[in-house]
Amino acid sequence: MSATMRIVNGQVYDPKNNINGEIKEICIQDGKIVDAVDDDATIIDAKGMVIMPGGVDIHCHIAGPKVNLARKLTPEARRHDVHPSTPFTRSGSGGTTPSTFAAGYRYATLGYTTAMEAAVSPIGARHVLEEFEDTPIIDKGFYVLLGNNIFLHNLIREKRFEEFEQAVAWWVNATKAYTVKLVNPGGDEAWKGKKNSNVTDIDEKTGPSSDISPRQIIEAFVKTVNKQGYPHPPHIHCNNLGHSGNYITTLETMKTAGDLRAHIAHIQFHSYGGVVGKNPISKAAEIADYVNKHPNITCDVGQVMFGESTIMTADAPLAYVLKGHTKGKWVNADTECESGCGILPFVYQEHLYMHTLQWAIGLELFLLSEDPWRIILSTDHPNGGSFMAYPKLIKLLMDEKFRHEEMKRVNQKALLKCSLPELKREYTLYEIAIITRAGPAKALGLETKGHLGVGADADITIYDLMDDKEMMFSTARYVFKSGEPMIANHEFTTDSKGKVYHIAPTYDNKIEEVLKPFFEDFYSIEFSNYPVDDHYLHQHEIIKTR
Amino acid sequence: MTEQKSNKKTEEQNKNIKIVKDATCTFCGCVCDDMELHVDLDEKRIIKAKNACVLGRAWFAEHTIEDAPAALIDGKEVSVEEAVEEAAQTLVKAKFPITYGLSDTTSEAQKQAVAITDYIKGNIDTTTSVCHGPSGLAFQGVGESTSTLGEVKNRADLVIYWGGNPAESHPRHFGRYAVTPKGMFTPNGKKDRTIVLVDVRKTKSAGVADILIRPKPGKDFEVLWALRALVKGISISTDIEKETGVPLEVLTDLVERMKNCRFGVLFFGMGLTMTRGRHFNSGALLALATDLNEYTHFVAKPVRGHGNVTGADNVVSWQTGYPFGVNFSRGYPRFNPGEFTTVDTLSNGDADAAMIIASDPGSNFPKKAIEHLKNIPVVVLDTKSTDTTKLAHVAFKTATYGINTGGTVYRMDDVSIPLRPAFESPFPDDETILKAIKKRVHELILKKNDSRGASGEAKVAAAVNPL
Ligand code: SF4
Ligand SMILES: [Zn+2]
Repeated sequence: MSATMRIVNGQVYDPKNNINGEIKEICIQDGKIVDAVDDDATIIDAKGMVIMPGGVDIHCHIAGPKVNLARKLTPEARRHDVHPSTPFTRSGSGGTTPSTFAAGYRYATLGYTTAMEAAVSPIGARHVLEEFEDTPIIDKGFYVLLGNNIFLHNLIREKRFEEFEQAVAWWVNATKAYTVKLVNPGGDEAWKGKKNSNVTDIDEKTGPSSDISPRQIIEAFVKTVNKQGYPHPPHIHCNNLGHSGNYITTLETMKTAGDLRAHIAHIQFHSYGGVVGKNPISKAAEIADYVNKHPNITCDVGQVMFGESTIMTADAPLAYVLKGHTKGKWVNADTECESGCGILPFVYQEHLYMHTLQWAIGLELFLLSEDPWRIILSTDHPNGGSFMAYPKLIKLLMDEKFRHEEMKRVNQKALLKCSLPELKREYTLYEIAIITRAGPAKALGLETKGHLGVGADADITIYDLMDDKEMMFSTARYVFKSGEPMIANHEFTTDSKGKVYHIAPTYDNKIEEVLKPFFEDFYSIEFSNYPVDDHYLHQHEIIKTR
Repeated sequence: MTEQKSNKKTEEQNKNIKIVKDATCTFCGCVCDDMELHVDLDEKRIIKAKNACVLGRAWFAEHTIEDAPAALIDGKEVSVEEAVEEAAQTLVKAKFPITYGLSDTTSEAQKQAVAITDYIKGNIDTTTSVCHGPSGLAFQGVGESTSTLGEVKNRADLVIYWGGNPAESHPRHFGRYAVTPKGMFTPNGKKDRTIVLVDVRKTKSAGVADILIRPKPGKDFEVLWALRALVKGISISTDIEKETGVPLEVLTDLVERMKNCRFGVLFFGMGLTMTRGRHFNSGALLALATDLNEYTHFVAKPVRGHGNVTGADNVVSWQTGYPFGVNFSRGYPRFNPGEFTTVDTLSNGDADAAMIIASDPGSNFPKKAIEHLKNIPVVVLDTKSTDTTKLAHVAFKTATYGINTGGTVYRMDDVSIPLRPAFESPFPDDETILKAIKKRVHELILKKNDSRGASGEAKVAAAVNPL
């Protein structure tokens, strides 16, 4: 296929380059956006269509040990959502935890070309990379879970921060991760070692000898990652997810970062007021206000969408609490020395107070945000709902009338405890291009993604312009990945693997002498067999740290 | 004794010996990755496998290079290329081709096998369907509280083995993971743990047990159900002893231990999954472990057999969404054990061609299934000659994973481990052969499509409007 193309007559939305719906030619050569191409370039007429950079998902769960456990757990969720093969593409199955091939093709169908797997235990990194090779079309990367790592906790406790920094960099290199992820920092030890309890306060002492707090852990990581200049800051799932009154913990977590960069994951789940054990109320305004005023903070929303979901989290105690509500099947999977994990099928229901409030808080956060570059669209797929619900979410943001119709069907008491009914704002296509493309790319430090300027990767989506935005964003007419047409006239035309993004911060090898004895004592695999070697990366690119 | 040893030393010194450290034994699901292999490069064999158990030592010793053809069609020697062509043609021609085996090869090879089956719209199944398939079904029903083996070593103070004999089937399970090792919160090893063995037979494993429980054969489910009841505070009649052979006091005592331990683990084997009750047994055990989390931290774990059967489960799951017994005849995966499991597709006479990878159904399947296998064209990949290779239409002799080739293996707890090959084999590995078959199969299928004008280029051309 010719890699030289000219797309003409389309309305271009490219916020990074301040292009807001103007008719503009886009030229592609050798997988990149270029200034101009020869006259014999293939021409695509995008009249009546909208051109955007390929979508970038900053937070989802699509590959690795926990996703695969979820697939094995829920055959019934996939039986009626089949994904047939075409002569060019592989088959698969869907549901809220699609098979690898289905996940890649479905992201592409929505116009997404990059997605980041947001939680991988270090020992699971090799498995994730194996699945990435089978996740077609999209580029991907993952965040490595280090917030409950016992070796690192020991260094924090002993105030050996020099070695802590080296060890963090070693772990990121050993796993080929994109950044560091903290999930309910400090909570694992309570769960595994203290009869399934949890930490409930950011300053509560935890760990094997009950002497470090989540705040100390958060602080150590924020400092280290900022010092080492990762393109994306620590990605933080705060303590107390889902509990009434947790917005205090969220504010305290952001304050702990001071003016250093930090990303708060699925912030909707962390914006609840009220008293523990009682129904929550919305604190979206307080959270949005803090984020608005602090340009060092980015976040993704983790919107709840009604219907089926799969709870899948390294926050094992939370999954256990939810199991108490669903009373159905449940998976817990502990990883030695470094992580926990809980999984269960879940349904968000309109008539329930809690679920409606969660839905409303997510929307409030979007609508109260003053800087769309820093509040990014996500459902924490599949926790708040599938990424396949993104088109509907976009419609909710762009169409106030639709929002009000939807509000008629939900729990009315919950609507009284939030400001959603009063919010009139409607997102524009330009803003949608920010929260789904330009914003996440910027937050990730992926300079060749999320825009259509010269030198950008030619990851391009072309949608038919329609009044119904859900329909419009459900199937892209064309999708180009690295300059190659993957989808043309809604049909797959070829297949491709996509590449893996990771970082390689430098460290002093001497740290291995400190790590090795710990591994020999407490891990069940050999130290030399733990790091992931390059052959698992296939196509990959290292993004520079500062 | 000493003399013998020193003799051996000089022997080693005179030879062209390579030492491979941290190599991995793939013989059983323990997947021990601490092997130190001494390789005689001249004779192409492993002369010593330090740290291996008796099964592992035998595994490493028996894999020498035989002088044999790399490929056969109907018993006649052919080139690998000819065999690949014949295999691809055979599979594409078939209406109900089946793929089976996969537990003794790398996950890299397993990926290729699923891809081929997807392209030919066939049926794929692994040896899971004849060993821990019931555990997979139980998992789908109730879930599982589980952990990696290192967590057992670090934390477990109550270890229960149910329906297995690891001393003989997984000899290092006790020493490396669950009984004797010293861990973070178990600094005194076995002294910090209580070991319970539940088995209808008295096996070699009984030696490690602090408590031995022997239910009547076929009564595992009843015992598990009584334990669940007791955990929930429901009283049980003393008749339970007549029914199951286990006195009520023994059960009550076990329940107290389970509720009061700090970190408990239930390992279970085929003695539970393949006897009367099958997936109800596994389901009851998984549910028991789940229930106990109300009181303390409790996990359960099937003790899986073959080296990479866990990898097979994982690869088939991530590519199709289902762990085994998957059929692609409608162009997408469907899961139905009992219909799409290999004993059934063969015994019912559905399959009209088969590709068998690293497995020997020709010797261990029911007679009816083997009879059918004899009547259809079979493509076989194996490292050695077996009953199945003997009935093959196309047979490939391949290199042994972990001995001659690298790649990835999943331990029984889903932890992936890289392989470090010891010496080269003249035979290609499974992944290489399967990749070649896949490429050819896909070409043949695209050709069929091209003749109908549905190529990718045609689609792009149609979608592009020349101005
Ligand atoms: S226990 Fe299993 S994997 Fe370990 S050495 Fe023995 S046979 Fe090999
Ligand atoms: Zn998440």
